[in-house]
Order: sequence, then structure tokens, then C-alpha cells
Amino acid sequence: MARTISTLIGAAFVFVLALALFGTVKTAITEPAAESAEAVFHRHPADINLPSAGLFGKFDDRQVQRGFQVFKEVCSACHSLKYVTFRDLTKIGYNDAEVKAIANQWVIEQPTVNPDTGEAATRKNMPADHFPSPFANDVAARAANNNALPPDLSLITKAREDGPNYVHALLTGYQTAPAAMKKEFPTFSTPPGLHYNPYFANLNIAMPPPITADGQVTYVDGTKATKDQMARDVSAFLTWTAEPNLTARHAAGTAAIIFLMIFIVLAWGAYQNVWRDIKH
Amino acid sequence: MSFPWAKHYEPKQPLMRWLDEKLPLPRLVYGAIGAGYPVPRNLNYFWNFGVLAGLALVIQIVTGVTLAMHYASYAGGAFGSVEAIMRDVNAGWFLRYAHANGASMFFVVVYIHIFRGLFYGSYKAPREMIWLLGVTIFLLMMATAFMGYVLPWGQMSFWGAQVITGFFSAIPVVGDTIRIWLLGGYAPDDAALNRFFSLHYLLPFVIAGVIILHIWALHIPGSNNPTGVDVKGEQDTVPFHPYYTAKDGFGLGVFLFIFAALLFFAPNSLGHPDNYIPANALQTPAHIVPEWYFWPFYAILRAFTVDFIGIPAKLLGVLAMFGSILLLFFLPWLDTSPVRSANYRPKLRVALIVLLFDVLLLGYVGGAEASAKNVILGQIGAAYYFAHFLIILPWISRSEKPVELPNSITEAVLAKHGGTSPAHTALAH
Repeated sequence: MARTISTLIGAAFVFVLALALFGTVKTAITEPAAESAEAVFHRHPADINLPSAGLFGKFDDRQVQRGFQVFKEVCSACHSLKYVTFRDLTKIGYNDAEVKAIANQWVIEQPTVNPDTGEAATRKNMPADHFPSPFANDVAARAANNNALPPDLSLITKAREDGPNYVHALLTGYQTAPAAMKKEFPTFSTPPGLHYNPYFANLNIAMPPPITADGQVTYVDGTKATKDQMARDVSAFLTWTAEPNLTARHAAGTAAIIFLMIFIVLAWGAYQNVWRDIKH
Repeated sequence: MSFPWAKHYEPKQPLMRWLDEKLPLPRLVYGAIGAGYPVPRNLNYFWNFGVLAGLALVIQIVTGVTLAMHYASYAGGAFGSVEAIMRDVNAGWFLRYAHANGASMFFVVVYIHIFRGLFYGSYKAPREMIWLLGVTIFLLMMATAFMGYVLPWGQMSFWGAQVITGFFSAIPVVGDTIRIWLLGGYAPDDAALNRFFSLHYLLPFVIAGVIILHIWALHIPGSNNPTGVDVKGEQDTVPFHPYYTAKDGFGLGVFLFIFAALLFFAPNSLGHPDNYIPANALQTPAHIVPEWYFWPFYAILRAFTVDFIGIPAKLLGVLAMFGSILLLFFLPWLDTSPVRSANYRPKLRVALIVLLFDVLLLGYVGGAEASAKNVILGQIGAAYYFAHFLIILPWISRSEKPVELPNSITEAVLAKHGGTSPAHTALAH
């Protein structure tokens, strides 16, 4: 009885799925899905092997500081970094006095309230402050950026597939659409105000090329600021902002793995010892 | 409880004797997971996973309770509070990564535990109740995991909540009303986030309660074993402690090793990058996918693409998805073969291995984009899944000729070691 009922129910499921399968196959044959320009021309970022990559990766403080300089002089004009505080910069090698100076001299000030009048005001940044947003709110940000919203960069390398490589590839990937594009996808175009970039998901990105020339930033440490170097460094910086505890995590992980290997050997020994007289 | 030769707790110290008279807690532990619980001597490593699942739950509760001390369950602050945990709470990154990857480890272990039950017929008489409670735990785990994934309030959290609660809108007539009632609004927001947090905190303790019932029910017939043959006498068993506590200690080490490798070196590898983007009700992600442990069921949901006798495809998909888990409740009565272990059931063994690959295929399809090729694979995979449990398994149980079973566990063990005499007892002394 149970067998008959279950067979009937099972047959019903299989029958409906067979119908669905028939429909899918038919559609796939009669109206094959057209390939999209995004699927054909989208490119995956090349590996830039940052020092933070890999099992034992750790941040190169000098590189991260250079990246911070690029962020400060280029990116921060439009992008916020709201989950990061100025005091966090001590973790990439700045001392307390330097952090205080960086906060104090930051161009965008912290919004506050005038203690006498209660009106909106601004004050200088302090080490405990989060990086202030360059725009008062999203509407203001869109208004200033051709209706596109510059995303917050705190987590950008974790919020994108293959993030650290992606940031570098995107920053160095601006180009004109390849000639093959015109031939294969005549309807594809890059509307005015957008920019062709094969590393961006839909190929047209609103952000104008931010890194335009070698030497755009003059590095404090004297490193030659090629476009590639700047993109690499800022990607290292944004890897740090997204995962500031990466170095500590890798170190703790190495210790944990060594501890557990010893544990496993001892536990295996105990297990064999307890069972030594029993066939099983 | 289980066998007449089970050792009884005899407190030697006066203090323990005093405690045992007033509250026999040591006696309970001794009988449950101590020397007072006789267990078949031939269990293989598949039998490690029950203990590991319990341990995974403990890890989730300990890390989860600590995370809850720092988490803010309102839409405007949830994402930021998670980032504060990652950056400003002492070892916050460790707690959060342990909790997120701990959920994955929990599901890995439970999936292996369930497959163990399927392969060795642990769901069959007299262990039906253990199985029913186990499926209940699995359902509670899925609910808990889903609600937990919503809490960080990233894009996948939000849109996952949108999709999953959307299942209820497939119910005819009252569906939308139910959905709005469940969410406390038209879309996931503060009301939904708060109740998900409340339930996410509650359900693990319900799971712990059902686990106690699961173990209680286990101690009546005792553990199954790879031969599926009943325990015949004392020579077939060893006391749980120290024999299986020692073996579980080793299993625990391997479990923690894999867990640590994941947690410290690839903590985001099983997550989706989009969940590091704060929830945005106005921007739908390109691909909404659940966490990996839901992929097979998500594939079954998406396999139903046509309406059938007036039932919309969406409702069929939802029914099938829930049905794919609920049918496990009927398993003890779908499989009528008197033989438990698939080791002695040549046809079932093949069918189960096909099922294993089928579920892996469904998992792949559920996580991949819904291209025509993947939908086709998903439809074939879903059809086999239902056919296995509802057609193949019941009919195999009728027609199959099992291989000859050993007379006892001890005989099977000795045969494996080349001996012939079943006279030796399991314990050397």
C-alpha cells in the first residue's frame, strides 16, 4: 500500500519534471539564448600577487602607506571609507603623532553641531573619528557624479569577486571598446558619461579613469609612481581596509594548525593504545 | 538502558556517592556517554559524525552568544555592528569567522551523518524515532541557518530573505497575507530583522533539546553498526568510554584541523562577496544564491518551470523543495527490506551512490546561474532525487536479494581479520 502511494507520488513528480525538461530543451533549441556582450567581453582580473595574498601573506606597511597616499590624494575626493577610523592607521606603521596630524589636516571635516547655536557645523578630525564622507549624503553624491553613487571603499576588496586583483585590474583597465565589439554586438555602446572597462561587470563604468598619468602622486618614500604601481598600492591599501586583521589572522592560524597537528598525533596515539587489544 | 551487561555507575568517593543520592547526574552521563553505554565494537569513522555535530552546535552557541553581545538587530545598524565586531571587538574577527564557517562545518558534518544513516539503514526499525528526531533537527538547523544569514544585513541577506519569505506568497489566496504577516511588512526591514534575530537565538536551544531526545531515543536500541546486524551478546560491544571517547578525540582533532584551515586561511571562501555590500532594497544582485548548504534544495525549487493542471510553477517548486526534505520522514516505511546495511544490499548500494552524485550535481546547479544547461541538469537531478526515495527504494526493497549476512558483529570482525572462531569476547580481559 505504502509502495503504491509512494510510487504514484514519485511518478507525479517525475512526470511534471519531465514536462518541465521538455519545455526547457525545446526553448533551448528553438530560441537559444543570445550571448551577451558582457559574457563575451568581460575579463577576469590578472593576479597581482600582493604580499597579503597566500597562506602566510602579510601586509607590507610601506606599500599600504603608499596606497593610503593614493587614496588620500585621488580616491577620497569621491569615495568614503566609513568603517575605518584614523586611529586604525597606527596598524600600518604610523605613530600616534602622525595619525593625529593626518586626522587634523584631512580636507573633509567631521559634521557636528555648533554648541552655542545648535546649527550644523563641522570640526577638525580626531584619531577616534571614522573617515568622513566627501558628500553630505547619497543624493549629494549622485548629484555631483552624473547620477552615479561612488561606493564606500572600506570593504570593496571583499565585496567583489577576487577583490584585490579586481581593484588593480579595474583601475588600469580603461580602454576604448575593441573593434570586434562593433562587429559582434552592433547595439552595444558606451553612453556619454560612462567609460568602457572590460573588468567592470557590465563593461560601462560611471567612474572616470582616476589614475591617468605616471607621477600623479609623488610618493613620500621615493617609489616611482607609475600608473601600475599606484593601482597596485591602492589595492593593497583597500585590502587592508577590508581585512585589517589579516596578518594577525594568518599568524594565529599557523599557531592553531601546529597545535592541532600535535593534538591529532597524540589523539591518534591514545586511540590506538586504547584499542590495542580489540579487533574491530 | 540498553543491554543487560551494561555497567552500572558505582561511585567510590563519598562526595560522588552523596551527589549520586541527591541528583544522579554523574550516573546519567556515565550511562549516556560513559562506560555504561555498550556500543558495537565494529563502528567505522562514519560513526564519528554524531559527536562532531553535537560539538559543532556547541561551537555555534558559544560564538553566537558572544557575537550577540555586540550585534545590533536594526536595519540601520546591523551591517555597521558586524563591521564593528570585525574591527573593534577583541578577537571579534575570530568569533565572527568561527561562527560563519562553523555553520558550514556543522552542515558538512550533518550531511555526512545523514548519509551514514541512509547507507547503513539507521532509520529502520527499531530506530525510526531516532531518524524522525534527526530530520526534525535538520529542519530546525535549516531555519536557524537561514535566519542567521539574514542578520549581517548585506545584499544577499536582504535578497535571500526576500526570496525565501516569497515562498509563502506561492500559497493560493492567503499567500501574500501570510508573507506580510511573517515579515511584519511588505519587504524585509526592522520588524523582520528583529524577529529573525530573536528566533535565531532561540532555535539553537530548541535544537539542543531535540538532540537530547535524539540521544535518548538512541540509547533504547543502542547504536547501529556497519553490518546492520543486531548486537547478540557482550562480545559484540565495547563500553563507549574509553573506546569511542578515544576514537572521537581523534575525530575531533581532524574536524578542528579542517575548521581552523578554513577559518584562518580562507574565511570568506564559502560566502558570497555581495554580502559585504550593505542591504539595498532598490538594487537586486545579479545572481541571488543562498549559502552552499541550501544549493541542492534551491536547484529543486528552480527545476519546476511549468504550470501543471492549474498549479503555478512557483507553487510546484516550493512544494517540491519542502517535499524533498519532508519525504525523509517517511523513509522508515518506504524501505521495507529487513536488511539494514547497504553493504549487503547490492542494488541499493548502487542506487545510493548514484543518489550521492545526484545531490552533488543538484548542489552545483543550485549555486550556478540558471542557464538552459544548468536548468536541464537540475531537472534531471531533481527527477532522480524523487524517483530514488519514492520509486527506486521501495521497489528495490521488494525485489533485491541481499548478500548473506554475518551471524553476528563479532563474526564479521573476526572474518575481516582472517579468524574463524567467534568465541573471543570483545574485551581482552
